[in-house]
Amino acid sequence: MTINQSGWKPTSPQANEGGARATFTGNKALMLEEALIFEIGDDQTTGVDFPAGDVAGSRLGNLTRKAPIGLPGLSEPETVRHYTRLSRQNYAIDLGLFPLGSCTMKHNPRLNEKMARLPGFADVHPLQPVDTVQGALGVINELAVWLIELTGMHGVAMSPKAGAHGELCGMLCIKAALEKRGEGHRKVVLVPESAHGTNPATAAFAGFTVEDIPATAEGRVDTEALKARLGPDVAAVMITNPNTCGLFERDLKAISDAVHAAGAYVYCDGANFNAIVGRVRPGDLGVDAMHINLHKTFSTPHGGGGPGSGPTVLSEALAPFGPLPFTARMKDGHIALIEEETAGDDHPDTFGRMTAFHGQMGMFTRALTYILSHGADGLRQVAEDAVLNANYVLRSLEDTLDAPFAFSGPCMHEAIFSDEGFPEGFSTIDVAKALIDEGFHPMTMYFPLVVHGAMLVEPTETESKAALDQFIGALRSVAGRAMAGDQSLKTAPHFAPRSRLDETLAARRPKLVWKEPAGTREAAE
Amino acid sequence: MSRYFTEDHEWIDVDGDVGTVGISDYAQGQLGDIVFVDVPEAGKSLAKGDEAAVVESVKAASDVYSPVSGAVIEGNAALADEPGLVNTDPEGEGWFFKLTLSDASELDGLMDETAYQAFVAKL
Repeated sequence: MTINQSGWKPTSPQANEGGARATFTGNKALMLEEALIFEIGDDQTTGVDFPAGDVAGSRLGNLTRKAPIGLPGLSEPETVRHYTRLSRQNYAIDLGLFPLGSCTMKHNPRLNEKMARLPGFADVHPLQPVDTVQGALGVINELAVWLIELTGMHGVAMSPKAGAHGELCGMLCIKAALEKRGEGHRKVVLVPESAHGTNPATAAFAGFTVEDIPATAEGRVDTEALKARLGPDVAAVMITNPNTCGLFERDLKAISDAVHAAGAYVYCDGANFNAIVGRVRPGDLGVDAMHINLHKTFSTPHGGGGPGSGPTVLSEALAPFGPLPFTARMKDGHIALIEEETAGDDHPDTFGRMTAFHGQMGMFTRALTYILSHGADGLRQVAEDAVLNANYVLRSLEDTLDAPFAFSGPCMHEAIFSDEGFPEGFSTIDVAKALIDEGFHPMTMYFPLVVHGAMLVEPTETESKAALDQFIGALRSVAGRAMAGDQSLKTAPHFAPRSRLDETLAARRPKLVWKEPAGTREAAE
Repeated sequence: MSRYFTEDHEWIDVDGDVGTVGISDYAQGQLGDIVFVDVPEAGKSLAKGDEAAVVESVKAASDVYSPVSGAVIEGNAALADEPGLVNTDPEGEGWFFKLTLSDASELDGLMDETAYQAFVAKL
């Protein structure tokens, strides 16, 4: 070891704009530029070498392909590097706080992954004899019991593949129930403005006519307007609770009573169940059907490792109409799979089947792991911490950003702000883009529509106070720049792999198919 | 020719029994850059308040309601290629559709330009 006599101190040099210059490769240090796979692949390379075929001739006749198929050929390391490089330009819950409102982007515990990868769950096939998959069916059955218990409902359809699919399941149950009692003429579904945007789409898809119910100034359903609209043509009300303004619909029980008295059903969008799990049972509020986003409330959010899964809990009135298949524990402990062939006369009113098989097995395993590892008290604390974190964000920023429902009392799982007070030419998108420079995925923006330039922030229980403080500081800084009319916001993000993209041009002139530049192939030959 | 406005920010120009419908300058400003417009086909029958067209911007998708009842004569084909006309000339070249009015008395419930400007000023 030599003594440093030059006076040089080993501090970390900061990135220096003055010294920055374009690199030969276009890469920025270890952040790599990446071309499209079609641009790096060719038709000479392959990751797999097949032995020469020993079949003489082809039986395809004149169906043999005349031109190259046009798929890019790459070696295995090239393929792995391509997707790994792309993944490094992505943002995920495993990288940082992900405040996307109404998405419940919470940490996905690694225990979930360990359980989901057990061969008895990961390597089974849905067509295996049920005697050979008793453990997997047991997971589905046990999770069903928990979901019924947590919601205070009567039954659950496990097969819906995600939230909107669960909504459709609930609405098809309502349709079947109405037809069964000869009231198929009830065609109107009432959807409050504070409901999720998928609700009216689901109702329309299921063949109903949608009518809006206004929100009150405090961000809740206008109960009187809803009651006034009830009548012999109304099939159901679709209500989101807690709603998209981040508020608990306090009148839901009274609404349900009025809806039932009018001969209609209550669908509750359970996407925001995280705020009330273990605290409120929707069944006690008169809900007839509610989907649960396993991939929100019970971890594995989008980008967190799994697909969606939307089991739908059903009231006693609707359970007979639920879809096949479902599991049932027999007296001897055996788990039976109730399908068309095995249902016999036991489930005559089912509206049918929504999926080929039983649902998202991987998500079931993760959700049950999450539930069992938290326990009833842990789930209750999940809801409490999620609500506490959202209120911390709301109260920390209400002096900086307009918070239209701050006066309505504590928020639930998410805090909502508007672009009120931004100078001419500045909008929510500028704040969102600048948050990318600060190292955060932006919040949900311009939704719900009842709030102008809405910014919907859902921190979830995952975040520590330190993480929340850093996010609050970043949002305060960016919002302050917007209020001050800082023009540099209009071109943000500045530090992302790509700066502000022309979203209008991209939407008006989308390029959905890669086209080989003219002459490339000829030049190569 | 007279121009009327609805509280949902549609305008309608009426010439005889033919009405031309579009969305107001205020509406296009609120929506932001329009990227897609779906206009009704000729022959479609609309009741007052029916969903007649769809307009999508980078921020949101919205329904456009028919201000009056009638039969559609023509949708503005130019909007398929140039939805931006709704931004640049909302109350002119960016019209959505023309229809034959079936009940001119429905116009009585609509606002004139002055009343609409006063309505917008309060939003």
